[in-house]
This record gives sequence, C-alpha cells and structure tokens, in this order.
Amino acid sequence: MVVRTITGDAAVAYAAMLARAEVVPGFPITPQTVIIEQITEFINDGIMDADFIPAESEHSVMSVAVGASAGGVRTFTATSSQGLALMYEMLFAAAPSRLPVVMAVANRSLGAASGIWTEHNDSQPVRESGWLQVYVEDNQEALDMTIQAFRIAEDHRVMLPIMVCLDGFILSHVVEGVDIPEQSLVDSFLPKFVPVNVLDPKDPFMINPVTPPEFATEMRYQQDRAVEGSKLVIAEVDEQYAAVTGRRYGGLFEEYRMEDAEIALVGAGTWTGIAREAVDQLRAEGKKAGLIKLRFMRPFPGEELKRATAGLKGLGVFDRSAAFNGYGPVFTETRNALYGSSVPITDHVAGIGGRDITVDVVREMYDIVERNASGEKVRECTWHGLRGEQR
Amino acid sequence: MNRMSSMKDVPREDMLIHGHGACPGCGYAATAKNIAKMLGPNTVVYVPASCLVVFGALYPISSWKIPYFFTAFENTGAVTAGIKAALRRRGVDATVVGMAGDGGTFDIGLQALSGAAERNEDVIYVCLDNEAYMNTGIQRSSATPFGAWTTTTPVGQVVKGNRYFKKDIARIVADHNVPYVATLSVAHFTDFVRKVQKAKETKGFRFLHCLTPCIPGWRIEPSKGVSINRLAVDTGMWTLYEVVNGVPKVTYKPKTIVPVTEYLKLQGRFKHMSEEDILTLQGWLCEKWRAHYGEEPGSPPCPVPVHEEVLAHDGDPLYGI
Repeated sequence: MVVRTITGDAAVAYAAMLARAEVVPGFPITPQTVIIEQITEFINDGIMDADFIPAESEHSVMSVAVGASAGGVRTFTATSSQGLALMYEMLFAAAPSRLPVVMAVANRSLGAASGIWTEHNDSQPVRESGWLQVYVEDNQEALDMTIQAFRIAEDHRVMLPIMVCLDGFILSHVVEGVDIPEQSLVDSFLPKFVPVNVLDPKDPFMINPVTPPEFATEMRYQQDRAVEGSKLVIAEVDEQYAAVTGRRYGGLFEEYRMEDAEIALVGAGTWTGIAREAVDQLRAEGKKAGLIKLRFMRPFPGEELKRATAGLKGLGVFDRSAAFNGYGPVFTETRNALYGSSVPITDHVAGIGGRDITVDVVREMYDIVERNASGEKVRECTWHGLRGEQR
Repeated sequence: MNRMSSMKDVPREDMLIHGHGACPGCGYAATAKNIAKMLGPNTVVYVPASCLVVFGALYPISSWKIPYFFTAFENTGAVTAGIKAALRRRGVDATVVGMAGDGGTFDIGLQALSGAAERNEDVIYVCLDNEAYMNTGIQRSSATPFGAWTTTTPVGQVVKGNRYFKKDIARIVADHNVPYVATLSVAHFTDFVRKVQKAKETKGFRFLHCLTPCIPGWRIEPSKGVSINRLAVDTGMWTLYEVVNGVPKVTYKPKTIVPVTEYLKLQGRFKHMSEEDILTLQGWLCEKWRAHYGEEPGSPPCPVPVHEEVLAHDGDPLYGI
C-alpha cells in the first residue's frame, strides 16, 4: 500500500493502469484532461501496457472505445461536459451492444452559461443512455470506484458500460492523500476481462445489426433487466473490494447518521462531504439529522431509498443541475421512487456552474426540510443562494 | 494465400452472400460483395449507416459470413481503429475493413476518416460511392455530381439540380500521406482485383474509393450499372488511379475523352440538364481530365481524342484493359 498525494484525475488514471485497461482512446477537455495526460505518461514511461489512441473528437473517442470493446479488450476513457455531449450518440451504441466500457466523467457545466466548473448537467441528462452511473465523494473513492467499475461492468450478469462521475476541479484538480493499492491486490480482485460479444473471424457473428420491431422490444427489455440486475452485482463487488482493501462504500448509497434520523437529505457528489459537516453540527445541536449519500443514479436505488427513508419526518433532495420541469433530476427520480410514501419531500438546487456550497447553504436545506416536516408551507423546489426573487 | 492478379484468381467463396436485400443491379452490393470475397474469411467488417447496413443484415438474418458490427453514421475511421487495436492486442491477425457510403465518408464521416488516416490506422477504408444519400431517399451529398437531380436538389422552375461539384475525396485522403489510396470501378475488373489485392497486402491506412451505380437514385436500368461505370471512366467522370506511398499513378486511361452527354443520357437524374449546365459540367470534366492525366492546360481541346503518346499509363500492363 502506497499513499500518494494526488488529484482526483490522477487517482482515476492510477486506477485505469492498475485495472490493466488495454485500449484508451482520448481527447482533451478540461477538467478531465489530466486523466489522459497521466495515462499517456504511464504508457510512455513503460509502466502501463496499453494502446492510447488520440482520436480527433470525443465522438470518435467513444467510437474507438466501442470498437475496441467489441474487439474484446478492456477499454477505458474519460471526458467532461461538451465532450460527453458530443459522445451522446455513441453512448447509445455502447450500452445496447452490451460493451462494458468504463469512462470517467469529470463533471463540468454543459453549455451556456459557459463555464468549466462543476455541475451535473453533463452526466445527469445521459442517465437514460443505458450506462450505469456512479458519483464519488473524494479522490480515494474515485480510484476505488474506477477499479470496481470494471468488475461491475464486465460481470456477465451485467455487461454494461459505466460512468464514474467525479466533480470537476473539486476532485479532478485538488490533491488528497490516496491509498494506491498494490498491483497484485488489484489483480486478485479484478480478473481478466472475458468478453461475451467479440468480433473474431474464428467465430463470426453480428453485433448491433438493424433490429426490426419484432425483436427490438425484447432487446431493450434485456437491457433494462441488466441495469436492474446490476444492483446485486454492485453490492457483491462492494463487499469483495472491502475484503481486499478494507474500504466499503455501501453499494448504491451510503447512510450517514440515519439510524434515528427524523430529517435527512439525499444527493450525489462532493456535496456530501459538506453535508456530513452540516449533519454533525445539527446533531450537536440536538436535531436528528441524517444524510444519504446517493452513489448510483443508474441503477437508481428506488425501492431501497423508499425503505431507507420510510421513518423520516422530512426528506430533502440535493440537485446540482436542473431538469427544467421545475425540479432537478435527482428529485424527479427520488419522488418517483417514493410514490406512496408519506414522507414530505423537497428539492434543493445548489452549486450550479461550480458555485461553492458551504455548510451554511446545506443547513439552510435542512432548515427547509424541518419546516416542511412540521407542516409549514415551503417551496417544493428551492434554488439556494439565488440572487433576486425566486418565483 | 495466392496473390490475385485477375478475375480467375478471385476466391469463389462469398463473404457477403445471397439473400440480402439490395435492389437488382445494385452497384453498391456488387462492389461490397466482390471486395469482401477478395479480403476473405479472416476479416472483420464495420458498416456505418448506409444502404449496406439495411440490406446486408437485418436481425436475426445476416448475409455476412464474417464478423459484422454497426453503430452509427460518421465513425467508420474511429470504430475500425478501435477494433484493430483490440484484435492486435488479442493476437488476432485479421483484416479490419470499414465499408461506408459517400455521405458517411465525404460528409459526416470526414473527420473520423481524417483522424484514422492521419494516425495511419492499420485498416482498409472502403468508400462505396453512389453519389448521394441513397439509403435515406436520394438526398444530395458532397459526392453528388454537378447538375444531378436528388430529392434535396430538385428540378425546380428556377434551380435545376445540384449546383456544386463533386469533392475529390481520394485526393484529400492521399494528402494524409497514407500508404495506399485507389479508385475502383467494377467495370474495370482486373484493375479492381489488383487494387483490392494491393490494399490487402499493405500495412497501414488504405482507402478504396469505388463508384457504385444506384438503380433508383440514378434512375437507370438495372442492367446498365456496369456500362455506366465504364462510361464514367471514358468521359472522365471517374478516374482510375492509385497513390502508393504518395506516388500517384493512373492505372487506366481511356484512349479518347468521350463527351459527357454519353454518360448523362443513360441516367434519369441528369435528363433535365440544360445545354448551359452540360457545357459547365463538360468544362469542369476537361479540367479534371487534364489534371488527372497530366495534360497541358487547354490540350487536348475539350472534348476531343487524346494522343496516346502523352498517356500516363507508364507501361502499366493494365493499360487498355
């Protein structure tokens, strides 16, 4: 075990190397770029045995990735924001072709108001592309989940691509102490990739031919079942990873001080680090506050969240992007999952375009959740820190 | 495996077999089928959005006897590069071929094509050029010839047909300094066979640009595809050449430049063309002829027979095929 002080991007690159990714197409985009820079350094220094393919766009990056994965090798790439948007079409090729590509997404605001800072409006809109999605809280989790991602994606019960989402700059460019596991340990955890669908002249068959209505429904349904079925694999992999590294993340989500909680927030990303602090403060003040760190958006832990929140007096949902239906995407998913539950639920949008989320902002969220729980009329969706009047 | 140098050397076993859904007389299918059989069973084929993606395989039926993959329209250069990288890493020594249409090559796929060519990816890129987006219903591409009717260059009261000239894609690819670029026509079959053979035995990025008549899109008789291909070469609408490691060579030069009207009159897509437009096209063709065959400007006059002694056939045995 070696602890290095590295950025989140470097942690992801170490993970890709330790996972023995064999083909890595890449195209630069801030704040992901450091990942592919670091990987090319590993390759050129001779410590990583992989083909780096410098494609001429992100669309081609994902095209190379699906080609390589269909060719039967472990494939990794990374992107952000506009780059993910340019890949959009190919995301929908990777998932139904059941190609277990692993991709890091350094979350960054997409489109106008143009910026390079973190927001989840790049990865949230593609949660219906058929990819699995995990959001991480710190650099250690970025490394650990990138390694786990291969194991989850390549499991023959899953065979789906997966995005490891880490907040841009907050993780991608900030250094933390990260335990980098030994190669032998990763090798024992992560077996060699055994492809199911592979383009090989020795056993010719077709991947993703045009599929008429007579068959498309069944194919899509299998995809849907595979996403749902990945829940079991995610839990298993979390346990197995804990067995070799001692680090356990709780699978689909992690509960923090939820044992006797009355009010709680649920949300994904680095925000949870701030929220833990807010929970601790509230607990010190005698309030029964708890936190659910949402890790996976796909598979979305609907039933599991419904159970975990069943005894609450109030639940708030944190969203780092808008869905433009009056709420954020995490709220939309969560309220859907909690349909029939009596827990009052509110949405809390913050951190847009990379704006800092302070402990005070999170405490403001808990305050609204508490007031809502006590029957006071509050906004169903609050944009925190908004200048001007919220209408 | 023996080198193929003429029709009799072509393997009998098809890799794109009967039962596919192409139109009778389809030049696209004939070209794809012949290239596939010449590349043989140790081949992986990627097909982007095109007629071939529709007529070649429709789940659960496939006419392909080799591994087949499809994802999207614009990424033939990139997907084939990924497949090749994977096969290389797995120790599988197989040919990877992408078969794209003109839209998927000249237009939407140009960027990925350029990327793959620039990186000298070890793949064969076949452009099956039927001079429009035929699969979506005959819309104009940058491969569509001047004057041609398509559904997006309709014959209107004011504007009649395509107002742009065909892009010289093979030259653009050749300017990437790739090992092998060639233009092919099924009407010149020995030349066709030798070019596929050269592509097969060359390492690095190889580009085969094939003229493939489209029966409904060109509004031609199903039996006329090969004749029209031959006329395309005789009129200068198509030039047969190859570029080996940057050195261009014409592989077949017609004895005379045939007036373009001979080519146009067999095709409904040109039947509306005005005399002025035909002259414009003829002038463009003569310039192209002189450029491709290395003639002096203004010589020969347009369109007149060309003197044999100035031909750039360079002693090539294919001359006069």
